[in-house]
Amino acid sequence: MDFVNTFRLALLALARNKLRSALTMLGIIIGVGAVIATVSIGQGAEYLVQQGIQSMGTNAVFIAAGSNRPGGLRMGSWAIKTLTMDDVQAILREVPMIREAAPAVMGRAQVVYQNQNWSTSILGTTPNYFEIRSWPAQSGVAFSQEEVDLAENVCVLGTTVANFLFANENPVGKIIRIGTLPFRVDGVLESKGQSVMGDDQDDRIFAPYTTVQKKIAGITWIQFINASAVSPEASQAAVQPITALLRERHRIHPGEDDDFFVRTQSEVADLAGQTSRVMTLLLGSVASVSLLVGGIGIMNIMLVSVTERTREIGVRMAVGATEQDVQSQFLIEAVTLSMVGGSIGIMVGLVGSSVINKFLAWPTLISPKAMLIAAMFSVAVGIFFGFYPARKAAQLDPIEALRYE
Amino acid sequence: MEQNTAAVIRLESVHKTYHLGEVQVHALRGVTLQIRSGEFVAIMGASGSGKSTLMNILGCLDRPTKGHYWLDDADISHMSKNELARIRNRKLGFVFQQFNLLSRTSALENVELPTIYAGIPPAERHKRAREALERVGLGDRAEHHPSQLSGGQQQRVAIARALVNHPQIVLADEPTGNLDSRTSVEIMDILQRLNEEEGLTVVIVTHEPDIARYAMRAIEFRDGKIRRDQEIEERQIAREVLPTLPSLEDADAEEAEEESKVAPGESPAKAPA
Ligand SMILES: Nc1ncnc2c1ncn2[C@@H]1O[C@H](COP(=O)(O)OP(=O)(O)OP(=O)(O)O)[C@@H](O)[C@H]1O
Ligand SMILES: [Mg+2]
Repeated sequence: MDFVNTFRLALLALARNKLRSALTMLGIIIGVGAVIATVSIGQGAEYLVQQGIQSMGTNAVFIAAGSNRPGGLRMGSWAIKTLTMDDVQAILREVPMIREAAPAVMGRAQVVYQNQNWSTSILGTTPNYFEIRSWPAQSGVAFSQEEVDLAENVCVLGTTVANFLFANENPVGKIIRIGTLPFRVDGVLESKGQSVMGDDQDDRIFAPYTTVQKKIAGITWIQFINASAVSPEASQAAVQPITALLRERHRIHPGEDDDFFVRTQSEVADLAGQTSRVMTLLLGSVASVSLLVGGIGIMNIMLVSVTERTREIGVRMAVGATEQDVQSQFLIEAVTLSMVGGSIGIMVGLVGSSVINKFLAWPTLISPKAMLIAAMFSVAVGIFFGFYPARKAAQLDPIEALRYE
Repeated sequence: MEQNTAAVIRLESVHKTYHLGEVQVHALRGVTLQIRSGEFVAIMGASGSGKSTLMNILGCLDRPTKGHYWLDDADISHMSKNELARIRNRKLGFVFQQFNLLSRTSALENVELPTIYAGIPPAERHKRAREALERVGLGDRAEHHPSQLSGGQQQRVAIARALVNHPQIVLADEPTGNLDSRTSVEIMDILQRLNEEEGLTVVIVTHEPDIARYAMRAIEFRDGKIRRDQEIEERQIAREVLPTLPSLEDADAEEAEEESKVAPGESPAKAPA
C-alpha cells in the first residue's frame, strides 16, 4: 500500500472529525508553540551575551586588581593599590603574547554642559584602549599620547552621554565640565551596546588616565588592565606569565593569594555561553512538557478511534490488509495529527515570539534549528504515542473485529 | 487420499475448537469436504451448527485447530498471517450479512478498497472499481455513500467489492439475511450470473431453503458436522423468477431518494481524479 494513498486516507479520516482533530492537535500546537517561543527568548538572551563578549575586543585579556578566590576573603578592587601603570609597561615588555595593553582608572563624575547635567562614570586610559577594544570614534578623534603624558583636560564621549548632553549639537571641540574642571571633547565613540553584565557601555566618558588619576580620583594606581593578545591561543597562554610577572612585581610570597586576577575573553565567553545555554535548555524543556501532554492527547484519541473503527479494521483485514497495512494507516494518522499540529504550532510560536519581542521588549531570536527540532519532535511524538494504538489496531482479530457492534 | 485437480477447496477432517475459560466449544468436529471450481454451494443448518466457523476458515480469516485445508492445492493450515491476507486479497471475495461498507466513503471508494491492498496504481483502481460497479448494475451510483443507498444496493456494492480483484471464490455468509424477498432474489441473480458467466465459485450460507434452491448443491450442518450433502433438484434460476415477483424497483428508487433528502449534509463527494 503506497504512502501517498495512506497519507490521503489519514487526512480524510481526520477531516471526518474536524473538531475532535482540532482539539487533539491543540495540545501539540501549544507544545510546539511554547517550545519555539521560549527557545527564541533564550536564544535572544544568548545573542545579547555573545554581542557583549564580542564588544570586549579581539583576543582580549582582562586584568583586575583584587582577589577573585572563591570563598576567600575578597577585597574590593578599589582598596587595592598595587596595580600600576608600571605593571602595564612590564607586561608589554616581558610577556610576548601580549600585543597591546591599556590601563583603566575608574571614577564617577558629574558632567555639565550648559544646562544639561548628567551623572556618569569616567574611565582613564591611554589611546590604545580604543584599539584593543576595537572601538572607533564616530566623530572627532581619541585623545593622543601627548595629551596623556601632559594630563590634559580632554575627553571622548560614549554615545549615551553625548546624546544626553548635546541634543542637536556636534560635541567635538565643545567644552564640558566634569566636576569642577573644564574638559574639551575630542571625539564621540561609536555605540557599543550592552556589556556581558548587561550595563550600557556607552554611558561613559573616557579621558587620559593621568588626568583621571591626578585631577578626578586623586590616586596613583589603576584598577584594570585591558590587554590584547597576538592570537586567541596566545590569550590563554598569556595568563600564566602575566600571573607570574605580577606576583613577582607585587612581591607576593608563594602560598599567598594573588591581589589581582586575569580573565581571558574566551573564558568569559565560555562561562556566559554556558549560562545562557542552560537557560535556553531549561526554558525549552519546561515547554516540551506540554508537547508530551499533547502526545498523550493524541494517544487517547487514537485509542478511541481504533475502538470506534473496529469494524472498519475488520473489513480492511478481510479484503486483504496485512497487519503492517493497518498499523501504518493508524500510525500515519497519528503522525499527521502531530505534524499538522506541529506546523500550526510553529506558526503560533513565531507569532508569540514576535509579540513578546514587541510588547515586552524582550530580545528574541528565531533559529531555524529550533524550528526544525520542534518539527521533528512533534513527528516523533506522533510516532511514539501513535505506536501503541496502531499496534492495537493491527493485532485485532479480523473475525471479532467484523462482529464488533 | 483422492486427488481431484478441479477441486479448489478441499477440507480434510477439519476441527475447530474454541476455548472459553474451562469450557471447550467444538464448533467443527471433523469436516471433510470438496468444492470444485465453478460450483455454487449453499451451506445450511441450525443456528450454532458451525456454518460461520466454516466460512471463516474457508475465507482464511481463521485456521483449523486440527485437520487440513487446501485452497488451490496450497495447504493454508500453516501459512503466516501475511500470506493469508494476500490470499484473501487475491483469491477470495467476501460478502457479509451486514454489508460492512465503510460509511462516509463513496461506493466507488468502498469497491476500490481491495485494490489498494493489492498495490494497484490509482488510475487502474478507479477503472476496475467502476467496472465492478457496472457488473452489479450500480454504475450510476458510484459517488453515493452507503447511507444514500438501499439495503439491496449496499449489498450489491459489497458484491462489487468482492469482485474487484477478480477472485476465484466468493464467500457470502447470509448475504440475504437483512433483505426482503425480492431484493434477495436480485442478489441471487447477480451471484448466479457471476457463477455462470464467469465461472466464479460461490459459497453462501443461508437459513432460508428458498434461497438455497438457487444453488447447485446444498450442504447441511448439524453440531459441527456435515449431515447431508446433495445436489439441488429443481434448481431455481433467479433471472426467471424475478419477472414473476411484484416489482419494487420504483419503491426502492423512491426510498433511496428519500434517504438522500434526509441527510442533506451527505452530498455526494466529488469523483477522485
Ligand atoms: N469466538 C468464539 N468463541 C467461542 N465460541 C464460539 C466463537 N465463535 C463461535 N463460537 C461457537 O461455535 C459454535 C458455532 O458457531 P457459528 O457462528 O459457526 O454458528 P452458525 O452456524 O454460523 O450460527 P448462526 O446460524 O446463528 O450464524 C457456536 O456454538 C458458537 O457459540
Ligand atoms: Mg453464522
